[in-house]
Amino acid sequence: MGVHVIKLPDVGEGVAEAELVEWMVKPGDNVMEDQVLAAVMTDKATVEIPSPVIGKVIWVGAKAGDTVAVGSPIVKLEVDGAGNAKEDAATVKEAPKAEKKAAALSSPARGGGVREADGGGDSSRSSSRMERAPSVALRATAPPPAGEQKRVAPAMPTAAPRKEGEKPLASPAVRKRAADAGVDLRRVAGTGPAGRIGHEDLDAYFEHGSSPVAPRGRRADASIKEIPIIGLRRKIAEKMTISRSRIPDIVYVDEVDMTALEDLRAKLNTGKKPDQAKLTVLPFLMRAMAKAIEDQPQVNSLFDDEAGIVRQYGGVHIGVAAQTDGGLVVPVVRHVEARGLWDCAAEVSRLAESAKKGTATREELSGSTITITSLGALGGIVTTPVINHPEVAIVGVNKMQVRPHWDGSAFVPRRMMNLSCAFDHRIVDGWNAAVFVQRVKTLLENPAMIFIQE
Amino acid sequence: MTDLTTKLLIIGGGPGGYVCGIRAGQLGIDTIVVDAEALGGTCLNVGCIPSKAIIHAADEFEKSTHFANSSVLGISAGKPSLDLSKTVAWKDGIVKRLTTGVGGLLKKSKVKTIKGWASFVDGKTVDVKTAEGATRIRAENVVIATGSVPVELPFMKFGGNVISSTGALALNAPPKNFAIVGAGYIGLELGIAFAKFGSKVTVVEAMDRILPTYDAELTKPVAKRLKDLGVTVILGAKAKGLSKDGKALEIEQNGKTEAIAADKVLVTVGRKPLTEGWGHDKLALDMDGRHLKINDRCETSMRGIYAIGDVTGEPMLAHRAMAQGEMVAEIIAGHNRRWDKAAIAAICFTDPEIISCGLSPDEAKAAGHKIKTANFPFSANGRAMTMEAEEGFVRVVAREDNHLLLGLQAVGRGASELSAAFGLALEMGARLEDVAGTIHAHPTQGEALQEAALRTLGHALHI
Repeated sequence: MGVHVIKLPDVGEGVAEAELVEWMVKPGDNVMEDQVLAAVMTDKATVEIPSPVIGKVIWVGAKAGDTVAVGSPIVKLEVDGAGNAKEDAATVKEAPKAEKKAAALSSPARGGGVREADGGGDSSRSSSRMERAPSVALRATAPPPAGEQKRVAPAMPTAAPRKEGEKPLASPAVRKRAADAGVDLRRVAGTGPAGRIGHEDLDAYFEHGSSPVAPRGRRADASIKEIPIIGLRRKIAEKMTISRSRIPDIVYVDEVDMTALEDLRAKLNTGKKPDQAKLTVLPFLMRAMAKAIEDQPQVNSLFDDEAGIVRQYGGVHIGVAAQTDGGLVVPVVRHVEARGLWDCAAEVSRLAESAKKGTATREELSGSTITITSLGALGGIVTTPVINHPEVAIVGVNKMQVRPHWDGSAFVPRRMMNLSCAFDHRIVDGWNAAVFVQRVKTLLENPAMIFIQE
Repeated sequence: MTDLTTKLLIIGGGPGGYVCGIRAGQLGIDTIVVDAEALGGTCLNVGCIPSKAIIHAADEFEKSTHFANSSVLGISAGKPSLDLSKTVAWKDGIVKRLTTGVGGLLKKSKVKTIKGWASFVDGKTVDVKTAEGATRIRAENVVIATGSVPVELPFMKFGGNVISSTGALALNAPPKNFAIVGAGYIGLELGIAFAKFGSKVTVVEAMDRILPTYDAELTKPVAKRLKDLGVTVILGAKAKGLSKDGKALEIEQNGKTEAIAADKVLVTVGRKPLTEGWGHDKLALDMDGRHLKINDRCETSMRGIYAIGDVTGEPMLAHRAMAQGEMVAEIIAGHNRRWDKAAIAAICFTDPEIISCGLSPDEAKAAGHKIKTANFPFSANGRAMTMEAEEGFVRVVAREDNHLLLGLQAVGRGASELSAAFGLALEMGARLEDVAGTIHAHPTQGEALQEAALRTLGHALHI
């Protein structure tokens, strides 16, 4: 936990101070990125001050009605990571270096999926954050800085084509042409002597993105790319290793006739209220699992194998594995046993959205007691899902498709779907695993049973 | 009070401010330049240009002195005489021509100039006190180009016999005994000139070497020349003040106090950014030490306020200010620009001249580079021999792995003109092979650059 200090930014009106007219937050409040914290007023305009980070307000530096000097701290936030409070002193001392580093890293770090993995340390990331801090949303009409308007979005952001910290080498004419087109030369590969970037390299960049002109025909590619495993990817790697090395798992697969459920689902979706999220198979499965767990509570547990304790949970907190640009994350729907079908659907869609945007909180991404993983959309008959340690069970959903089914007298087309489930065999016996899956299968095949209260 | 509104207001008409104005005018930006003095700033009025005029006159005078004795060239002439007030008048004429020229260039670019003292009311409003009264200017963008002023010693303020470089450039006769405090480039340039005019010059420097911003290898030929010219250099000594009768400079060296006879004392202990007197207190500008803090777009901490030139710190050089001014005008016109220059050459117009562009060998090593470096002496250059300019050398510093040039330096008579080649080579990203493979016309001193590159590659031809 660190402290992020937000200072009153230059509001662009040429004034050295402004009156704080309204607080939108108070100490103790949790704030999201870009959430408005306060409004300040100059004699020319009222300006909203947004939060550059996620955090919890722990201090406010002025009362409404106070006049505040530009640059003085107005809010302190408690944030994950180091914050910027200490760094302030450091930046003064080695300003040129820090500035250079921030500049060198700020743009390559935008490369989508690589973002987390890039930037070898928190200092670089937080300094680019600090640059963002003075941004303000103007309520009054103010023209944007002229330079912003003409800027063309760079073609294809990819990793930098030269060693970190090495400046791009180009003649002033090439530099000017790149600047006019809004291209950051740090992203352009140079094919000239000493890696010099020439006009032809810029042409190639405009045409193909960052890589130099692709040679025609097939060619052996002897390149090896070293990708440091850090950030989210490292966490995933560690968790998978723990799971596979510690858990002797049993995988159990069965097929489920989804025809009845699909009919019901279609009807419910036709009659849904406009504010309700569209039902997928997931909420039905979650409700069915919650019901099956009533009879097989040991599958809804966390096994602390170092302490030798299994904690069997009353609440059913289902993790739903989701793929994001950054990698695998598992947002958690809490207390499924207490939620209705539509409630589950709404929560799943809300969590999926925030996971995709990267705004899911730590609480929303932890605390599951059992997990669902679905590669169904991509096809596949069977998966061997990896148990989300320290949980003891995971339910894998395979693709639903119409298959011939023998009903005792003839083959009939039915919507079939496989469930590939894995259990920690130390805690869950094969018998119990099979009973759990069979119970879920029965519930899904006879969906009315999911909703009947005995 | 007159009220004006403009898109761009530039405070200061020095090399940074006036170039910014011209470029802004070319780009069609409504622009006003304010300066309390003549246009051209320190550079044109009391710096680069007038000092070079005086140095040229001193060189010419020294030549004729040379001929009055016996010259190896076989030339002999009568004993020369000097009327320094005429020299100064000639120098003032050049200054006048140039400052008027700047006014003309601004006018041609449709830039309005106002003579008066500007002071901020807030970041968008500036009051200017002119001879005709006060003017209030409201501007969307303001460029602070207020420059720098000579540093004054608190115990020896300017006035009377204590003069700044400005005073030295306006003397009507060379002082008989001339003491100079500070062996930086300004002190030595003027010291050498006055030694050539016939003054008995003594330079007092607190550090243990002359020209502390250049490396010892480069300054050695200058130290030798100072000795030949009869200039006394006292290193590791502190100026304490004028003697009671005002006819000597008192210094302290190794705990001992000494008095140096001096009709005039020139104090050149550096320049400081002019950050006061123009309403700085009305703004919220971040500082970086003694100068205004700017980013790579010359933006200060306040939106719409830019700063260029000496007020933004080292290197305090006119050509840096000009490039910044040009860039800021283009940024305000909406172009996407950032400071991306590879090198800014620094020149010392001593005798011999020193030029340094890019990294010295020590700086390159400190920056973590593995380097190759070599010198080529002017004593092996035909043209230098024919000019009696054999002292000095050209030095090349390049990366060991890909031979990319990192720095070029030279010391020698007329070496300053090599700055064009040095700057171009570094800015274009030249390698040793590029310089070595370029035909350098014979016979010129510039051949030493090609030879130095060849020598760094291990195959110099003429040594």
